[in-house]
Order: sequence, then C-alpha cells, then structure tokens
Amino acid sequence: MIYRPLRVLGVVLAVGLLGLSTVAAAPPPGGVGTVRSEDLRIEVRDGPARDQPQSLDATLWLPATTGPAPAVLVAHGFGGSKQSVAAEARTWAERGYVALAWSARGFGASTGQIALNSPDYEVADAAALVDWLAARPEVRQDAPGDPRVGATGASYGGALSLLLAGFDRRVDATIPVITWNDLGQALFPDRAGVPPAATPAASAAEPDGVFKRAWAALFFGSGSRPAPGQEQDAPQVCGRFLPEICAGYVAAVTSGREPAELADVLTRASPASVAGRITAPTLLVQGERDTLFGLDQADATARQIAAGGGTVAVSWFAGGHDGGGPDRRTTERMQAWFDHHLAGTAPDPGTAFTYVVPSGVQARRAPTQRTITASVYPGLDGGAGTAQTALPLRGDPQDVVAPAGGAPSAISSVPGLAGLAGGAAGGGAGDDEDADDGGSGGAGGSGGGGGGGGSGGGTAALLGRLATDLPGQAARFSTDPLPARTVVAGSPQVRVTVASVPGRPAGEPVLFAKVYDVAAGDGAPGSRTLLGSAVSPLRLPAPGPTPTEVTVSLPAVVATLAAGHRLEVVLSTTDQAYAAAVQPAVYRIGLAGSAGPATLAVPTVPGDVRSGTSVPTAPLVAAGVLLLGVLVAWLVARVLAVRRRRRDLEPGGALALEEGLADTPLVVRGLSKAWTSGLVAVDDVSFTVKRGQVLGLLGPNGAGKTTTLRMLLGLIAPTAGELRIFGRRVVAGAPVLGRVGAFVEGAGFLPHLTGRDNLELYWAATGRPRAEARLSEALEIAGLGSAVDRAVRTYSQGMRQRLAIAQAMLGLPDLLVLDEPTNGLDPPQIHAMREVLRSYARDGDRTVLVSSHLLAEVEQTCDHVVVMHRGKVVATGEVAELVAGGQVAVTVADRRDEAVSVLRGRNGVRDVEPDPADTDVVLVDLGGVDRAEVVRTLVEAGFSVRGVGPRRRLEDAFLALIGQEGS
Amino acid sequence: MSTTVDGAWTLPVRVELARQWRRRRTQVTLGLFALLPVILWIAFSVGDDPTPGAAATSLTDLAQASGVNFAVFALFSSASFLFVVVVALFFGDTVASEASWSSLRYLLAIPVPRVRLLRQKAIVAALLSLATLVTLPVVAVLLGTLVYGAGDYLSPTGESLPYGTALVRILLAVAYLAIHLLWVAGVATLLSVVTDAPLGAVGGAVLVSILSQILDTVDALGSIRNLLPTHEVFAFADLLTLDVDGSDLANGVLFALVWCIAFGATAVWYFRRKDITS
Repeated sequence: MIYRPLRVLGVVLAVGLLGLSTVAAAPPPGGVGTVRSEDLRIEVRDGPARDQPQSLDATLWLPATTGPAPAVLVAHGFGGSKQSVAAEARTWAERGYVALAWSARGFGASTGQIALNSPDYEVADAAALVDWLAARPEVRQDAPGDPRVGATGASYGGALSLLLAGFDRRVDATIPVITWNDLGQALFPDRAGVPPAATPAASAAEPDGVFKRAWAALFFGSGSRPAPGQEQDAPQVCGRFLPEICAGYVAAVTSGREPAELADVLTRASPASVAGRITAPTLLVQGERDTLFGLDQADATARQIAAGGGTVAVSWFAGGHDGGGPDRRTTERMQAWFDHHLAGTAPDPGTAFTYVVPSGVQARRAPTQRTITASVYPGLDGGAGTAQTALPLRGDPQDVVAPAGGAPSAISSVPGLAGLAGGAAGGGAGDDEDADDGGSGGAGGSGGGGGGGGSGGGTAALLGRLATDLPGQAARFSTDPLPARTVVAGSPQVRVTVASVPGRPAGEPVLFAKVYDVAAGDGAPGSRTLLGSAVSPLRLPAPGPTPTEVTVSLPAVVATLAAGHRLEVVLSTTDQAYAAAVQPAVYRIGLAGSAGPATLAVPTVPGDVRSGTSVPTAPLVAAGVLLLGVLVAWLVARVLAVRRRRRDLEPGGALALEEGLADTPLVVRGLSKAWTSGLVAVDDVSFTVKRGQVLGLLGPNGAGKTTTLRMLLGLIAPTAGELRIFGRRVVAGAPVLGRVGAFVEGAGFLPHLTGRDNLELYWAATGRPRAEARLSEALEIAGLGSAVDRAVRTYSQGMRQRLAIAQAMLGLPDLLVLDEPTNGLDPPQIHAMREVLRSYARDGDRTVLVSSHLLAEVEQTCDHVVVMHRGKVVATGEVAELVAGGQVAVTVADRRDEAVSVLRGRNGVRDVEPDPADTDVVLVDLGGVDRAEVVRTLVEAGFSVRGVGPRRRLEDAFLALIGQEGS
Repeated sequence: MSTTVDGAWTLPVRVELARQWRRRRTQVTLGLFALLPVILWIAFSVGDDPTPGAAATSLTDLAQASGVNFAVFALFSSASFLFVVVVALFFGDTVASEASWSSLRYLLAIPVPRVRLLRQKAIVAALLSLATLVTLPVVAVLLGTLVYGAGDYLSPTGESLPYGTALVRILLAVAYLAIHLLWVAGVATLLSVVTDAPLGAVGGAVLVSILSQILDTVDALGSIRNLLPTHEVFAFADLLTLDVDGSDLANGVLFALVWCIAFGATAVWYFRRKDITS
C-alpha cells in the first residue's frame, strides 16, 4: 500500500512541473540565451614607464547575440578576484554585453603587487584591457582603437572604474558602487568644519583626521594573504602589498596618524584627483549601511563630476560594507544606465536621485523598504540645496574624560561583522563579498534580486543595539520629542563648543560625534538606536578655557524617526573602531548658543517624483495562460465526456439500456472484485433479482456480501463483470442509482444535526421535489418519537440503524438495498422490521434486497435467497423451495436400499434417493404425497422407521459452509 | 415511480452550506476571527506602551496609529499561520469528515457525481474561508476606527496613505491573500480525498505549509525558494505603499495558481478513481 501515496505525489509533481514549465517558458527580459565564457591570461605592461610586464588572469563572457556588442569591464573588490564577480559578469553577458572580469594585480592568479589603484599600475592595467577589447571582433567599436566600453565594480573596483574614466576618455559610462572619493578622508576622517556644499551628505573633510583603525586592519589583512603557490612559505608582514604601502600602513598603525608618505599614495588612489574631468555618464551607487565608505564619499564625487560638467546620478540603497547588496530597483537602474549609455537600447534613465527608506517590518525575511525618488540630487543643479529642519537642542555643558590610551572605548560599528553574519565565503574582509552578500545578483546586473536588503537588515538591527557609550566619556544633548514623523536623508549638522577644564590635563581633543534615535520609555530606560551605526570623528586643536565653537558634520544616514521620539547628539572621547588620543585629558563640551538657541539641523529630501505603480506583465500573463489552460482542459474534458456518454448510451454501448432487462431491478453477471492486496473479495458472482421479490443475500461474515452491495451502489469499481439496475449498467454516480435506496454497513449521519434535519438535508441533496420524499412515512418507520428532533450524536446504535433504514426508504425507491438491517435491533423491532420489508415489496411492485449472515433472518423475511461464501455464490432459489416441505429424510433401521426401491415404486412420490452422507437415511421428494403415506408404505413393507424429518437444503448448505469455515 | 436523479441538480450549494454552517467548528472559527481584533485591542490597552524595537519602527509600534493601521497589523499577524489553518480546516474537512461519519457513501449513492461532490464542497469551503478572511479585517477596521480614529495609514517606511485609499488597499490585500491561500486549499483538498481522517488532512496541509516556510529559510536553496508556495505570503505588504511594486504580488498570484491547480487536479483525478471503503 506504499505505492498509493507515492503515486499521488507523483501526479502532484507532474502537474506542478507542467505548470512551472509553462511559467518558465515565458522569456525573461533581455532574452537569455547561452552565454559563453573564455578563461584567458592577458599580458600587459605597467609601472611609471609602462615597462613592467604583468600577466592578468581574466575571463571573457560573450553574449548569445551575434555581431559586435558593447563591453563592460567588471572589477572586483578588495580581497576578491575574477571569481567573485563571475555571476555579475555573466549577468551582463546575458543582457547582451561582452563582459570582461579580471583579477587585479596582487589578487587571485594575477601577478604583481597591490598598488592601491595607482594610476601607474592598476589603472594602467585597466587601460591596457581597454586596448585589448579594442582588438576583439566581438566588441563594438566607436573608432579604431576605441571600443564602446563601460566600467563597473564595487568598492576597490568602483574606485578603479572612476579612476579609469578619469584617465582614459575611451570609457563611455561607469557605475561605481560603494566606493571612496578620497581614500585619505575615508581612512583618516575629520568631520569638524562647515560642510562645503548644500548637497544632502556633504561633510566637512579636514586633512590628518582620526585613523579608522579597525577597517584599515581588515583591509590590510585581506591584502596580506600569500599569492597562489606561496601558501606554504613563512607568512610575510607585507603579503602582496607594494613595500611603500606596507610601510605607510605600519607607520599609521604605530602612530595613529596619517603618515606623509602614505598620504601621497592615498591621494593618487582617490577619484577626487580626477573626478573633475570625468565626462563618461556616471551612476554613483552608495550604501546607507556603510561605515567604511559612507554616503559623504559619493556626495563628494558627484559634486566634483558635476562641477566639471559631467553627467552624474546618485542612488543610495539599504546596504553597503555593513551588510546588504543593491535591491532590485537599484539593480534595474544600474542595468538601465548601461542599456542607455552603452548599448543605446533603453530610454534615457535621467539623473534623478533615489534613496531607500527601510522599515522595521520583516516580510519575506528581508526588511520591507521604500524607494524615494527626487528629480535631482539637491545642491547639484545650483538650486536651493537640501532642505534642513532645525530642531532645538538642549543640554548643559558636560565634562568628559579621554582615558589614557583611549581605552576602554565606546562601541559604534563592528567592521566585518556583516560579512561574518552573512556567512560570506573566503573569510577576511573582502569587501566585494559584503557587496555580493545581500541581493542574490550582487552589485552587477542580476534581474533576480529579491526584496533587497538580504542579511543586512538583521545585522543593522544588531549593530544598532550594540552601540554603547561609557559613562564619563560622553556628553549628551537632546532635542524635544519630534512633533511628526521625519525621514532624515543626509548629514545632520550641529555646533558645539569645546573647552579645557581648569586644573585638568588637556591636549588635542579627538572626539566622536553621533546621533541616537531615542524612544521614550515611560520610566523604563528608552530604547536607543545609533543612526547608521556610524560616528563622525573630530581632531581639534588644543582648546583653552574659553569655549571654542566648532561645526560638526554628523554621519550621513537615511532613517525614519517616529513622532514622539527624540534625537540625542552624543560626543564621546573614545571609539572602538578608531585610534583615539592616547594622552589622558578632560574637556568641557557644550552647545554653541552664540547665534540664538542651539539647534540640530536635520536634512530631508522629499520625493518629488513618484516612481509609479508597476505590475510586471509576465507573471500575470502566465497566470492568465494557466487559467485559460485549465478552462480549455475542462471544456475539452466536458466535450469528450458528453461524446463518450452519447456513444455509451447508444445500443451496444457500455451504458446502454439492455432492452430485455428494463423491468428487472437487478442483474449481476460474472461480478468480481480483487483488491490491490491480491485478496479476491467477490469472485464471479451472478444472480438476478426480479420485481416484487424480497431477496436475501445470505452468507457468513466475509463472504463478499457488503463488497457486492458497494459495487451495486457504484462506490467500488468491479474488476470484472457488471451489475445492471433496470437494465442500466452501474458505474460511479450512474443516474439509475436514483431508483435505489440503500443502507450499507451502518448508518452515516452528520452528528451535529437532528434526525429530522439529517433526513431533510439528505433529501434536499438529491435535488428532487420535497413532496416525493414521503418524509412522514419514513419517520414513522424509524419510530424515533420525540428523539427525531435531537442531535444524532445522542442516538443509540439501534436508533441510528432505524433512522438509516428510514433514510434508505425516502422517496420509496424501486429497489431497496439493506445490509444487515436487523443488527442491533431488539426482538420486537426485528419483528416490526420484517413486516415493513415484506409489505414494502408487496405494496407496490417494489423490490427489496436484504443481506444477512443469519439463516433465520432470511427464512423469515425473504422469499428468494442467494447464498454466498468466500466471494462465490453457492446456492440460489426460492426460500420456500429451499427450506421446507418438499423433501423429507426418513431414517430406517436397516435395509435402506430396499426401502429406496419400495418407495420408488410408490405412486405420486417424485423422487427417492439414498442420502450420500448417511447410511440409513432415505431422501424423499414428496411431490404432494403426505408424509404419513410414506411412513405407512414403509411400515406395511416391514421396515422399522426410526424417524422422519424435514430435509433443509438451505440450512445444510449453510452449515456445510460454516463447517468448512471451522475445519 | 421510476425517478432517476439528474446529477446536475444534486447537492446544491445552499444545502451543503446548511450542512456545514450548523457545525460548531464553523461558528467557532468565524466567531474567533470576529473576536481576534477585540483581543488585540484589549492586549494593546492592558499592556505597557510599546517600547519600539531598536532598528526601526515596526507595524506593532504603529498598530494604534489609526483604524487602518490596526487592521493591517491584524492582517500581518494572521497571514502566515492563522489563515493557513483556517483554509486547511475548511478544505481538509470537505471529504474526509464525510468519510469519517460514513455519510460519504450515502451522498455518492444519491447519486451525487464524484466531481460534482468535490466541486460543491470546494465552493462551500471557499465561501466559508472567504467569510473568515473578510471578517477579521472588517471587524478590525470597524473597531480600530472606533477606538483609534479614522486617521491616515502610517507605514513603517515613513509613508502615509489617506484613510479611504488605505481601505481600498486593505481590500486588495485581502483579495491577494484569498488568491495566495488557494494553494493551501489545493493541498488540503487532495489530502482530504486521500485520507479518511479529517485531522490528518487538516494537519497535513498545515504541516506542508510549515515545511515550505522552513525551506524558505534555507539560504542554500537560492532562487529555488521563489517556487515555494509560501514564499510570497507577505507580498501584500507591497500594496500598502504609495507606489505599488506589483512584481512580488504577481509572482505570488502565479505560484498560488500553479500549486492550487497541481494539487486540485490531482485531487479530482484521484477521487474519481477511488474505491470508497469508508
């Protein structure tokens, strides 16, 4: 019996796969064909004199389309290789681009050392790759030696894209993702000062800031892994870094300051140096959860490109180095950018500014989010710039301690945690992995990104709760509860004062400014969330006892602030992720109030462009096709069923009326039922029930009576043979079953309904007029009295039995089928039931078929009988003929054979024979002769008659069966 | 009398509805869903003011903002499990409960044609499920508007929708859920014809739903998870924004239909051939 569920499962899967395959048959946008990839090594020369040979490990992805196609250079992130952008490159190829992914020098299987996107090394290599593409026939050419090419990449690769676009004018479009503008500012930030512009995330950027130690260490660590083939050597301090970069890093770590020799390297590695001359249309994609390269970095790049007259657009998404890749809308925007600016196949995507507001709701395991679109990045078009809301800020000046050595320290962000939480492969802080971690397609061009956010949402929530300040080290200033909900988008600004405290040590203060979203806690401590998990470090000149005013650019964030929440500005002297001052000191920090009351300026960017309601047509069309398919299948099945039915009803068809039997209630012919287990329950059974008969189906338990009756009702399909009711063959649901009333194997009622309701609803279910039911007659037969209005679940076995028989008699069916009707009834009820059955058949010319395992029952109720045993019919006939009268068994003392011949000579006796089972019994078929005559004949002939009794063939047969059963 | 029964008129919907409606489980289920918003309201009234989660505002924080917010919260808290149980209950019970009462054979002997029996029972189960599905938001909107006012709907991402618009969106969300839950109906119907134990059919359908939700949390499955029937259960959240991104909704509708048809067609195929031994 195991295979039945398996078969069902198989059908479900088959139908499901059929449905899914129709869905899959709908072509995805872009027309995916088979893309081909080709692993190759590209030999280039770089260095200041372009004389150093390098061998770059690359993969070229070719689209399915024929003819020259635009190319995309896909650069990987720090710590990655061409493998980590393979999926992304493949997606571009599927969209019809020639995609070239390569391992930068110092990474993967490429030769060389890491020069941090130096124009002489990595950028020169990339320019050589453009030369290489110019020689490929698969690539569309703008001019000889000038291929149509775009550059994209995340983080390290993003900066390379920008630098390449700055140095090589053959680049036609770029999409840098979560990358830096000024690597010196990103690793040694100082946010003290007036912001340089009115763009949302514009932040002050003073040189020689505070060392972002934790991130830098992760970076350096991932670049220190040995080159392939050298894993077995003793570990080196500098790994694959150029020696001067390695030395600069060591100097930074030991001093906590930006070494001059490193500053040059970082400046050369910064797009800030070339952004002003980038003319290739640039889509800057930056992460809102990014404590490494924050929103301020893309902001600066956008300003520089716009100032040089280039085309630039900005998109912020809910992710970044702290977790989460671009969401689907951002990915689609990236695709549209290249589709227009490279391929020319899409309309101009414009330069609108989009940012994503995440919510706390987790739907489909990713936080739900909303994309807001503003027609322009505020401040770039020479307009009014970013709207600012000034929130009054309160708080007395507070004294804070800078502990010796900068420890213990406050916690804001935990670099690399997102990578660990996301289970990014490869270990370390490979920033490309972070970027790939959220959306299923990564930073590049997959159209299959899910709801976005990915694992980043949970990580961000975790980081928000981790943030702690140490008592005595932090000064706090708070706004009033917000009157309405506000969506912050950008870098808030605050003015504070810093002073030394008389009698306490002081030095050059290093402070960390941050903003908390605080929910009132009604007595209990409120919950505090550090916005962006980020801090703005400040390095200030040594203050005197007179307060010095300073403007602080707080971290640029996107956050929803609920009405009633407060914002808290905190200035702390330590932070885990940064190199704080090591000299102990005490400072007095207050709010700057010289120009009126102190305020916190909160930037907002209202969305002025509705992205519009969009419903993709493909799934809906597929759903429509599916429904249409079902409709068509149903119609076809319907037509076929009608046609088959018509054919079956024609003379000779399977369901045709057999003319001679139209008046015969039941004919059973060669009926068999073999169960799947191999048990043959009914074996070649044939009998006929004629109109007006009360026929008994007699047999011991297990004889196949009930199975036969179930086949009679179409509940079970016979394996061979047929049943005909009034000449119509019985199949499941055959209309002729309406002429049959049945009670089979116990009652079946809805237990919560009364007896009367059960019968009424049962009749209503037949769809026949209520008047035909003869409900009152049926209820009279049931004889339930007032109990008929009680719920059936309260009934006794006998009451249910009588109600079920009454249900079978509803509408006075032509053929009444009752299975063991007297089981569970008491003797008076049995007697009454017999009367009912006999009169039922006698009244009209109706017919009754009763099954029973009791001989007496059949004898007293029926006029005809069919005896079954082990699935076979063993006897049939009239009860009277089978049971009584006609035959007697005469027992003689001796000379039985003589007695037989004497009786054979007697006139009028029909038949005489010796009993085969008994040596002194003569069986006499009287044929109308009185028994007394037989006895007298024998006595007169001199025989000693010991006994005379009826010969009950039915009982004999039945007992013989039961006897066999016992043996 | 020589009456035969025309199968097309057997077991009318009103008769089957009457048979199911008088069951206590039907009345209790509907009553429970009418009561659920009241229970939520009491919980909000009795409990301390919410201390919002650290990351961002959630639907729970906003539940008391207005009547429509309250209704959305009620929908969200019921979508992934409670509604599944209800649909599984009404559909899983269709044939299996008749089999367990032994009344199935008498219905089939009327004779109600097998496919028609399944169809009529599915229609009634769908009506009862829909009634339950609609009861919750209707009561929640009425009660929420009464106690929290007819204010704008505030979304956790900082958007607000006017009260009237939000009502329309909630209506659409309920319509989406109704379609989404079709797959549960399909599974439950199939189990109902396969087994004679109503509990097995109902519990089995709920188990399949839980299994699908567990598989949905296995990241290693990647985009295969998009095919899981429960994958888009919360897609109706997309309806509660100014700009509706309908892609997840459309996928949800599509896969609900695919699974419903797959399971439903199998149920019909199986029931037509089944030997009724209950």
